[in-house]
Amino acid sequence: MREEADVVVIGGGVTGCGIAYNLAKKGLTDVIVLERQVPCVGASGRCGGGIRQQFTTDANITLAMESVRLFEQLSVELDTDIEYEQGGYLIIAYEDEVDQFKRNVRLQNSLGLESRFITPEEAREIVPLLNIDPIAGATFCQTDGHANPFRVVHGYARKAQKMGVEISKFTAVTGIVVEDGQIRAVKTDKGTIKTNTVVNAAGAYSRDIASMVGVSLPNKPYRHEILVTEPVEHVLDPMVISFKTGVYFSQQKHGPIIGGIGDPEEPSSYNISASLRFMKRMARTVVELVPAFGHLNVLRQWAGLYDVTPDAQPVLGWTEGVDQFCQANGYSGHGFMIAPKVTELIAELIVDGKPSMPIDDLNLKRFEGEITGEAYVVG
Amino acid sequence: MTEIVCRCEDITEEDILDAIDQGYTTLEEIKRVLRCGMGPCQGRTCIPLITRIVARKTGKSLAEVSRPTTRPPLQPLPLSVFAGEEE
Repeated sequence: MREEADVVVIGGGVTGCGIAYNLAKKGLTDVIVLERQVPCVGASGRCGGGIRQQFTTDANITLAMESVRLFEQLSVELDTDIEYEQGGYLIIAYEDEVDQFKRNVRLQNSLGLESRFITPEEAREIVPLLNIDPIAGATFCQTDGHANPFRVVHGYARKAQKMGVEISKFTAVTGIVVEDGQIRAVKTDKGTIKTNTVVNAAGAYSRDIASMVGVSLPNKPYRHEILVTEPVEHVLDPMVISFKTGVYFSQQKHGPIIGGIGDPEEPSSYNISASLRFMKRMARTVVELVPAFGHLNVLRQWAGLYDVTPDAQPVLGWTEGVDQFCQANGYSGHGFMIAPKVTELIAELIVDGKPSMPIDDLNLKRFEGEITGEAYVVG
Repeated sequence: MTEIVCRCEDITEEDILDAIDQGYTTLEEIKRVLRCGMGPCQGRTCIPLITRIVARKTGKSLAEVSRPTTRPPLQPLPLSVFAGEEE
């Protein structure tokens, strides 16, 4: 492991590896990524792989739209098939959601996103197996979709390594040395690395990293569970989700249905065990929407952590009080889908001093004032 | 000679050795790169075989090669089974 680096990135998920790749692409290759286990072992490797642009805040919609533009070329850029498919996102609307969803579509349209409100019958044309009896409509955006998170993270990591970045696995950060508000070094269980720039991309553990230098993040960890079925023939184009029930599911390129459901009673914790309660709630909700899926065999269930902020938007950029300490966390369950743009912007912030799109509204400072948040969180 | 070690995903011994050469030296990484252990057998067939290959290639003992977490359900079960039960 190197003893000195221009930039130390903490966390080997899609954000950490993506930032390392984008720094190297801009010519800054003296970078080390510290990963406590192996890349993609945390939330990035546990998520459903969905890529959605239908959000309710300007920041999330814009970051997601810009990310889709980058996802569209990522297989070529990273020399690996990221299994990207634009089958759309179908957001189920129940009766009491219709008016709000129509307003959300107007906001999305005003930012250039081609989402639309559709009837139950139109929804069934997109998903022929869908039971439309309980639904009042849906919103749909064809350019939403999904990709394989393993391929994306490993793609970023490999390409970054080829350009000179070091990825140090099984390396846990134990402390950050700060003198007079300046970062001097990062301490790990494998030795100390001299640096003056640190990126905090540790997902749900980012608040622990920040607290090492006395910075308090409002982020909280929440378990979210997910399951995968046996692979079957192609029957489902879009990701289907509902904010009312918290369910989401899609069919991956090699055949399995993968999906999860949020649980309003889940307390904040670092628990990532799998529960029977989830399995029952998920099965009931999915089988009501797509009765034919009752026949699918479940192969496996697991869980991961959402790193949730008070407004469900990420914490990005420099930190007051500690120079050159960059936050890239707090994704609240949608880090994978906005990673391509976010990681590019963070690299621009570090190398050029200024990102090509303003991210000031996403700075940690915003939690000092009044908060207006993202309403569309699922899973 | 080509030896299949993961029948769900058609992965050969050679594929495993290649992955190790590329730096994916743990079962956790090999699973993520090649999908071994994520198919219908859930690793029952392939993981013991791959554990041996990794141990041999990296010079570790079998006990030192950590295995991926075993996930529920223990056998594949239809969603309708879980949907049918009351709380």
